[in-house]
Amino acid sequence: MSNKELKIPRMADMAAAGQEPEILFWVGCAGSFDARAQKVTLAFCKILNEVGIEFAILGNEESCTGDPARRAGNEFVFQMAALQNIETLKMYNVKKIVATCPHCFNVLKNEYPKLGGNYEVLHHTQLLEELIGSGRLKIEGGGSLNGKKITYHDSCYLGRANGEYEAPRSVLEALNSDLTEMVRSKERGLCCGAGGAQMWKEDEPGDKRINTERTDEALTTGAEVIASNCPFCLTMLSDGVKAAEKQETVMVYDLAELIVDNNGL
Amino acid sequence: MLQQLFFAIVAIAAFSYAFRQFMTIRRNILLGKEEEISGDEGQRWKNVMLIAFGQKKMFKRWIPATFHLFIYVAFLFTQIELIEILIDGFFGTHRFFADKIGILYPIMLNTIEILSVLALIGTFVFLARRNLLKIPRFHKSEMTWWPKLDANLILIGELVLLAGIFSMNGADAVLQKLDPEHFHDTGFVLFSGTFGPLLLGGLSEGVLIIIERFGWWLHILTVFAFLNYLPSSKHLHIMLAFPNTWYARLQPAGEMNNMPEIMDEVKSMMGLLPEGDAPAMEEELPEFGANDVFSLSWKNIMDAYTCTECGRCTSECPANITGKKLSPRKVMMDVRDRAEEIGNNLDSGHFKWIQEDLRNEAHALTKANYDDGKTLFDYISNEELHACTTCNACVEACPVMINPLDIILQLRRYEILTQSAGPADLVPMFTSIENGGSAWQIPDDRDKWAVDAMSKD
Ligand code: SF4
Ligand code: SF4
Repeated sequence: MSNKELKIPRMADMAAAGQEPEILFWVGCAGSFDARAQKVTLAFCKILNEVGIEFAILGNEESCTGDPARRAGNEFVFQMAALQNIETLKMYNVKKIVATCPHCFNVLKNEYPKLGGNYEVLHHTQLLEELIGSGRLKIEGGGSLNGKKITYHDSCYLGRANGEYEAPRSVLEALNSDLTEMVRSKERGLCCGAGGAQMWKEDEPGDKRINTERTDEALTTGAEVIASNCPFCLTMLSDGVKAAEKQETVMVYDLAELIVDNNGL
Repeated sequence: MLQQLFFAIVAIAAFSYAFRQFMTIRRNILLGKEEEISGDEGQRWKNVMLIAFGQKKMFKRWIPATFHLFIYVAFLFTQIELIEILIDGFFGTHRFFADKIGILYPIMLNTIEILSVLALIGTFVFLARRNLLKIPRFHKSEMTWWPKLDANLILIGELVLLAGIFSMNGADAVLQKLDPEHFHDTGFVLFSGTFGPLLLGGLSEGVLIIIERFGWWLHILTVFAFLNYLPSSKHLHIMLAFPNTWYARLQPAGEMNNMPEIMDEVKSMMGLLPEGDAPAMEEELPEFGANDVFSLSWKNIMDAYTCTECGRCTSECPANITGKKLSPRKVMMDVRDRAEEIGNNLDSGHFKWIQEDLRNEAHALTKANYDDGKTLFDYISNEELHACTTCNACVEACPVMINPLDIILQLRRYEILTQSAGPADLVPMFTSIENGGSAWQIPDDRDKWAVDAMSKD
């Protein structure tokens, strides 16, 4: 698909035309501004276009969900951001949301209801699993990932925080990849080191960075691809691969990118 | 008669002293803030049955779990025998149930003995594991002399208890042949029925009776000692594991507790509350988050008293694994130590623990006017708090459903909201969310990526 054919409508434009999308795509701060995560955002839009799902983004009307502020302890900043978002979502009568960031996903799904915002919220890997399962998204055989050794990193906020371990794995299975699990996976998966607002601060003194610990574990599986489901894990693991000087041979990708790559979208 | 009297005195003393200690623990737990925890009893029963009774989470590491299970099940079954010992002790009977429950009696004894042998093996394995093997989680910095001794004392106590059971049963097996009148036939019991006659056969009746009585008293006195030792030990978990799993939170692990006070305040700032519903302004500056056991929930303190100091949480903690100071186990131990400290000071009733400005009017030292100039921050440093990635690995790992993360987050809230402190690195993130709606200060439009992409080929 050439980028010219991409359709990424804004909620405000749709509303002006009297339309309501099937689902709102919550892009998040990383997905909007981080150069690496933007690629995942685009990849996911391509998939949505490909299967013909009517979606929209909020654009400038989207604000940070408030997750890093809340976890750092700053409830005031969280409440301001969250209540603002809830007002926006109410204005557009949003009922269903998909997010490519598990932190946004967690806050929208589990924490906004107490503030008065109730939605059906999906993580993009859950939507992908659903689309593949229902046959709406066909995975082409013999794609680039066929038989390739791959390992999968559970993000804390999709995994332990929300108990979703299977959806991403079933997507990887559909891609026909040779999934090799790390020693610490699923419930025991090791954090990449970014959560709880760590992304915005220097590490506390210690012997090692958490992302190096985790990347080393991923590298010992011998996988050529490390798959992740979170923009922050993506950054952390890519940094880890660089620190180990393996960036020529080992790639870190989001599941959406793997599908786009496989299907040549 | 004399034995009965002595038994009654010891038993009543042991039970009443233990009762007092348990009431003190209850009081200490209730130093925490009130929190209503209820609902979904089905799920709560399931947690108690599977996780506390069924030890489900222990089996993530099946080797220690198996040995732990031996000791645990032996402990449960021995309670039946304990009832008999209490009846015999108070009423001067001997093996009260022996001629009353028929075939069930030898079944019970055999079960207890087989389990006891398994428990014996388990106890030796655990002693070796703690003291000979270098398992990192048993040797972290928070494992000072007392936690280590505590763990060993209990295991040694377990050995004494088992020695009591086997000398009592072994001598009894021989005595049944010599004096069937008093020593009821118990049917064949595997270990004592085999090794009793083998090792003790041929001894005079007098000596055998002394051995039997020695075993009996050793057993029951160890139990009384254990009961009174529990409240100051990590072994309190054998009782608190049950209520603690019952009251464990059921929301998704990723959900942080809401702060309605702040929500309402922000809503009224944003004009989202209907007129007249604005929250009443408090005169004093309110305190947010927690800085001491008084501002934590009672459940957090029950968590601390339930902690077995096993270190499963710490060994899964990414911060701890990479050499940071944070250890979720230490957080739990600190909360318990702090609650104990306050409890002991309250018990002293000393006026020096009353808040200085209230000291003149106050009639007595209470939880409300307590002030010793310390807080939990004297135990847990900011460096520890700041290292947490909120990954929930500790919560997931804990076999008795303790939540160290919940405490860490409340302390962080206090630091930021009440003390206006916290890592300086985070300030730009806060301001940029507050002013620009994004976690980074970036001047671009939020959908620049889309506009750019759609304009490219
Ligand atoms: S939530 Fe915090 S304390 Fe618990 S394991 Fe993760 S980093 Fe460690
Ligand atoms: S909090 Fe749980 S896992 Fe951690 S030491 Fe205590 S009992 Fe063990």
